[in-house]
Amino acid sequence: MVESTIHATQAVVTLDVPIQGIVWGSIITVNMWAKSIGTGVLFVAAYLWFRHNKEDMPNLRWLMPIIAFVALNVFLFFTLIDLHQPYRMINIFLHPHWTSSITVGAWLASIFLGLMTAMMAIGVSDAFPSLGGKKCQITKIARKNSGFYEKIMPFMLFLALPVTMYTAIIMAQSSARELWQAPTEVMQMMWAALMAGSAALIFISGSWTKEARKDLALILSVAVFFSFAMYMGEYFFSFKSSEAEATLAYVHSGGEYNIQFWLGMTLGFIAPFFLAISAMKDDNKTLLRFAALLALIGLALAKDVWLKIPQLLPLS
Amino acid sequence: MKLGFLVDLNLCMGCKGCEIACKVENEVPLSSWRLRVKYIDLGTFPDTRRSFTPLRCNHCENAPCERICPVSALHYLENGIVNVDSARCIGCAGCMMACPYGAIYMDPETNTADKCTYCAHRIESGMMPACVVACPVEANIFGDLDDDHSNISLYIMEHKGAVQVRKPEKHTSPTHFYVGGGNQTLNPLAHQRIEGFNLFNDITKLHHVGDKNHGILDRFLAPFGGHESASTNDSLLESKISTESHEQEGGH
Repeated sequence: MVESTIHATQAVVTLDVPIQGIVWGSIITVNMWAKSIGTGVLFVAAYLWFRHNKEDMPNLRWLMPIIAFVALNVFLFFTLIDLHQPYRMINIFLHPHWTSSITVGAWLASIFLGLMTAMMAIGVSDAFPSLGGKKCQITKIARKNSGFYEKIMPFMLFLALPVTMYTAIIMAQSSARELWQAPTEVMQMMWAALMAGSAALIFISGSWTKEARKDLALILSVAVFFSFAMYMGEYFFSFKSSEAEATLAYVHSGGEYNIQFWLGMTLGFIAPFFLAISAMKDDNKTLLRFAALLALIGLALAKDVWLKIPQLLPLS
Repeated sequence: MKLGFLVDLNLCMGCKGCEIACKVENEVPLSSWRLRVKYIDLGTFPDTRRSFTPLRCNHCENAPCERICPVSALHYLENGIVNVDSARCIGCAGCMMACPYGAIYMDPETNTADKCTYCAHRIESGMMPACVVACPVEANIFGDLDDDHSNISLYIMEHKGAVQVRKPEKHTSPTHFYVGGGNQTLNPLAHQRIEGFNLFNDITKLHHVGDKNHGILDRFLAPFGGHESASTNDSLLESKISTESHEQEGGH
């Protein structure tokens, strides 16, 4: 019965215009990946300062804002180059449309970057007292306002939350792409930030105490575990929409995105989990750095697949 | 006033007159369409038939494209039309990601988002949209949905129960309706796109967004004029070559 019904309802497109391919591609992947690092390092640093003495992580105060500054600039640069009219980005500030999460996100990220720049100036000026000499006004002001760093930390932590999660809201507003409509996307962004933040800080943790590094490895392993669990949930569980089902069915059936997805899962989530757990036991710095590198590569691969696959479906 | 559109698919004969009229009226560039007519073959031989579905912007009352646009380039007019201000558009393509109907494209000449505006410029002058005028069988019905005596309102009332919109589950409240459509014609996942089955056309997917000769660097250099002239010349050259080859093959 079922077979004959399907047979009778066959429908084939015989004339149509070429349909759109991938609109948001790898540039947006790098954008999201870099933002995860930019906000993630702040979350992880705040946790480490809460748990340990500042002396346990001597370079964290000045290196964390530098990493965040670089990552946020990469994020904003890739946002800019993805625009077809890059010079008109100023319109977001001159003619903001507040229902758009792109607008809200751009404003929040810009404020966040501005404050992070101030933190970087203070952190670097305090860490290197001879930097800039006596004539440099920037280092002079930064050193004079050294306490501002600690004062704005709670606010920065609070601000980092929407800056991390607003991309999930952009995806939610991209209502044509059903796969992104899952509420789990918000948490996925948070786990990605913790994963990327801890992975980035691992590279500067060589001079830290064993306990602080152990905590860093723990954050990485917990973040990759939960992020992996959420990806698996989204990958295997049935969605209510036919578009999301069709998207996943396409990836399940094999092909390049299937390979990229599982490569990302293996490199970025499964392998770093075991490597980080093992590095925690014997404080193996090399192993931990390798886990961090894999996590950063795997996260980019996984984000890339999740970004592109819903765009493969025809919308009309 | 709330302007709306209705297409009676029982009347449409797939002549593509509306598609051409739209292209000409709005100077829609190559590889872009504000309105297109899709042919779908239904059934199994010998019980087959061909359906024709004109597809354009749905001018939703709850438009996701208007909501996501960061600079209000997409905005509502007082008559309900979702209009585009291409001078303000930043080309982020957010609207293309938000529109569930795939009705928005990146104009390859201006590198800004564009779409059907129900010919807002013609409406302003008291004229009908170009596609309505061109339709030889009056399958396109256009008018004020708030006016109970308008053609479209009467048509909707007359065909009560048979009037459909695309993807109602998206809650976008389209002001574009269809009569005589079905799941197979209105749901893009209910019909197959088989490579090599397209009449007249082998290109099934666009591999570029906006101008394909307009790379990232060109976007930054464009205001200084370097790329624009080159790109225009390329397009002209391409069109000249294609015209010549077309004429050599006996075309006009």
